Amino acid sequence: MPPIRRYCIILASLVPALWFSAPAAWAAADNGTKLYAQHCAACHGSHGTGGVGMPLALPDFLAAADNEYLRKTIRLGRPGRVMPAFRQLSDTQVSAIVKHIRGWAPPGIPVPARDATPVRGNAEHGKKLFAKYCSACHGHIGEGGQGTGVTFSRPRELPVLAPALNNPGFLAAASDAMIKTTLMRGRRGTPMQSFLKQGLDERHIDDIVAYVRTFARHPLHAARSVDDEPPVIVRESPYDMDKTIEKLKIAIGAANLRLIRVEPFDEKFFGKDKEDRRHVTVDSCDFNFLDQALKIDPRVGLFLPCRFTLTEQDGKVRIMVINPKRLSAIFNNAELDQLCDKMYHVYVNILEDATF
Amino acid sequence: MNLRAAVKIIFAWTALTLAAPLAHADELLMVRAERPFTDAINQLEIAIQDHGYKIARIQRVDVGLASGGYKTAQYRLVFFGKPEEMREIEQRYPQLLPYLPLKIVIFAEGDSTLALSYNPAILQAYFKIDALQPQLRRWEKDIREILDQFASAY
Repeated sequence: MPPIRRYCIILASLVPALWFSAPAAWAAADNGTKLYAQHCAACHGSHGTGGVGMPLALPDFLAAADNEYLRKTIRLGRPGRVMPAFRQLSDTQVSAIVKHIRGWAPPGIPVPARDATPVRGNAEHGKKLFAKYCSACHGHIGEGGQGTGVTFSRPRELPVLAPALNNPGFLAAASDAMIKTTLMRGRRGTPMQSFLKQGLDERHIDDIVAYVRTFARHPLHAARSVDDEPPVIVRESPYDMDKTIEKLKIAIGAANLRLIRVEPFDEKFFGKDKEDRRHVTVDSCDFNFLDQALKIDPRVGLFLPCRFTLTEQDGKVRIMVINPKRLSAIFNNAELDQLCDKMYHVYVNILEDATF
Repeated sequence: MNLRAAVKIIFAWTALTLAAPLAHADELLMVRAERPFTDAINQLEIAIQDHGYKIARIQRVDVGLASGGYKTAQYRLVFFGKPEEMREIEQRYPQLLPYLPLKIVIFAEGDSTLALSYNPAILQAYFKIDALQPQLRRWEKDIREILDQFASAY
């Protein structure tokens, strides 16, 4: 068959799928409310009041944030700071979400125009001012407040966690003019106060903006690849199933984890008489560690419980546990990555002790 | 541009358009229900059972934390699966067991309740077992539907 005819036949076979799927996609693209509910509301709240994510419905935020800032934030996310990059959305869909967010602005607040003019200031002086006025909340090097989530890491009456100003996603999205406006206006409803009201003049504010812009020279969150990490940490035991379970229980205790239960993997599905005893789970927990982790990211339940799965196959017993380094990657949370590195070593030590 | 080149471009665009959603599947599935926790977790259990799954256990993480003196919002893990599917995985792909049964995390955030799960599709990236793809896609579809039902139920 000639190539041109082959392409036409394949194309013709794809057209019906496109014909039926495209109208739905285009309809959804125009529906910012639906898209926001689907992609944003879980973290930012159905009405933009914040939660795991930042509150978006604050009048001062909407007065300072231009549409390009919102679009770039959706596109780029905040690497290492929970907010993912929504690269799968079309430009139309992103614009629809932005339009939905704009709907929360009180009457009379115009959409700020994007002003790409660089602010000229003295970054050295700005560094001193930043240390005095900003670092208590935003961190010494603009790393932002620790943790996330209104439920666990901060009081409910405090709607915002200080953003990471050194985050490459923020620096790429925010114009100098937007940062300056935020410093001048403050953000009512959050601890961020107007710097003009704190006695600084516009020249000082320009200096702070110039210093914040220098963060781009020292990006903190180098993207780390975990593709080479195995999804599961595995050790082969030299012992039979019963002896391995006993050794594992001792190792868990030695690591200061609390043993919760030992049961066949499928007992809850088939009942006590029909379970397969070649697959056993041993659940444990370090509640102190969990408390720390929940403050950093309330979604960490996906790692729970600290479960060791033992399987017996061809006379060999293996102990397996989720590799937290691998699973952590889906959370886009650099603080959580660090905790997961620690947990990885705890797991490896337990497995080594149990199979020694 | 000749006809052949034009057809090639249209072909490539069409194929990419149709393939795009698969290439950018979300890894973390998360929804918010504007209901208090107690009501919301009941809705979640109903949604799971409506999709033919058996709830194996509900782990009360908040109770464990509170017993240790830690302050916490309501926080539970709901483990579920279809018995025959779990048995098949045990026998054929035991390396997947640490990621099973399927799990949804549910916790209170003020008067709202959040629920999340990892997308089972990540297991294909992790374990690269082609024969499991249909199963993983089914689980993904079901979990998306369960979360949607949970978020929209009144």
